[in-house]
Amino acid sequence: MTEVATQQGRSTTEQVLENGQQKFVHLRIQRQDGPDAQAYMQEFAVPYTPGMNVISCLMEIRTNPVDKNGRPVTPVVWEMNCLEEVCGICTMVINGKPRQACTSLVDKLEQPIDIKPMRTFPVIRDLMVDRGRMFDALKRVKAWIPIDGTYNLGPGPRMPEKDRQWAYELSRCFTCGACVEACPNVNDRTSFIGPFALSQARLFNEHPTGMMNRADRLDALMGEGGIHECGNAQNCVEVCPKGIPLTTSIAAMNRQVTYHAMGAWLKK
Amino acid sequence: MVQADSHSQFLLRRLHTLAGVVPVGLFLLEHLFTNSMATNGAAAFNSAAATIESIPFLHFIEFFFIFVPLIYHGVYGLYVAFTSGYNSGQFPWWRNVMFILQRLTGIITFVFIIFHLWTTRFSGKAPTFEMVHQLVSNPAYFWFMLIGTVAATFHFSNGIWSFCVHWGITVGQRAQRVMSYVTMILFIVLAGVGVDALIAFTHTAS
Repeated sequence: MTEVATQQGRSTTEQVLENGQQKFVHLRIQRQDGPDAQAYMQEFAVPYTPGMNVISCLMEIRTNPVDKNGRPVTPVVWEMNCLEEVCGICTMVINGKPRQACTSLVDKLEQPIDIKPMRTFPVIRDLMVDRGRMFDALKRVKAWIPIDGTYNLGPGPRMPEKDRQWAYELSRCFTCGACVEACPNVNDRTSFIGPFALSQARLFNEHPTGMMNRADRLDALMGEGGIHECGNAQNCVEVCPKGIPLTTSIAAMNRQVTYHAMGAWLKK
Repeated sequence: MVQADSHSQFLLRRLHTLAGVVPVGLFLLEHLFTNSMATNGAAAFNSAAATIESIPFLHFIEFFFIFVPLIYHGVYGLYVAFTSGYNSGQFPWWRNVMFILQRLTGIITFVFIIFHLWTTRFSGKAPTFEMVHQLVSNPAYFWFMLIGTVAATFHFSNGIWSFCVHWGITVGQRAQRVMSYVTMILFIVLAGVGVDALIAFTHTAS
């Protein structure tokens, strides 16, 4: 064990001393070397600095990739971008709950901090997952407003301020995947598109211009993996980092779909 | 991903929730009501049972309004319970626990109803107080009936809560919360009525 690197070899200026002792943050991270590789747990102890978040812990590991016992390991792979909880890419399961690593402050977490990738999604490597299915779901429910054309259509209809206020809440969804991860009905045995997609369909159905394609979205919600796959466990609303009223959105879309389905049938 | 053009899964699922409340749920209420007659003595129950027996087209009604929706709701419900995930260990929240209890009580009720029908409706014996009294005199059967009654009434009451969400009746968080209090009170009342009748059957007809 001659190659063992030691934690004590680090610069003292970065270190926080407590009674002359360096404090460490203990992490248990689930690793996976590739999409089809076996997952395994690895423990780390990174030097503590005040105001640390999970991202900065992972950066410490990248700077000095050794495990708790000082054995060299491959640096942990993860994704990050905005670092202010608006991009959603650093979502991982931290101490059992899906949340963003950037706003997971070490001081507010129980140690050892348990970090796993969101298993609902295909794992690419370590904490990096492929959330492509969420984009597919948004495409399925047509979560956009088609306004492209060959000439200027002019301004669209105005939206009542009262509706804009709650619709804004729904627009804060950043497809982080926490609701999909927590949902018991998103699994190998179902094709459920996930709570966020139902809420996004509601957002675009409420928009005065988006309303013109309302029926297309409702038809999609009645399709395979649609709104009927929801089992009302309501974990989605509990884990949403933006506090989006997902369960209200689902029930509201249930109402729209009920009227749409009955109306479509009676009009035929 | 398959293009969303088939609505069959949606229709089957909506029919499942509807069948659970309208024919099956209404029958449960009627059944609990008739059983409660036992609290007024054997004669009262036998008279209520005779009234039901006198309904015209009884076998037709029983088949199309009870057995068909019941079998559909039960079998499709087992499929729903099988395809659901269970993660209350990781997310131990109230509605998630209720989600699991709904599926668990559904399975218990399914097994219970099969045994219950076999020992009563299809036993070849006349549906009298004496017949039920014979059955519940066995403590094991009594406790089996008690568990089944509590499971069925829970499944029905909590099922009304999810029915109201599935059909877009209770939309807001407050409406859903109030509905969960209402349905839990309903559960306590219905379970009480069912168990009370069950105890009444243990007394000898005098």
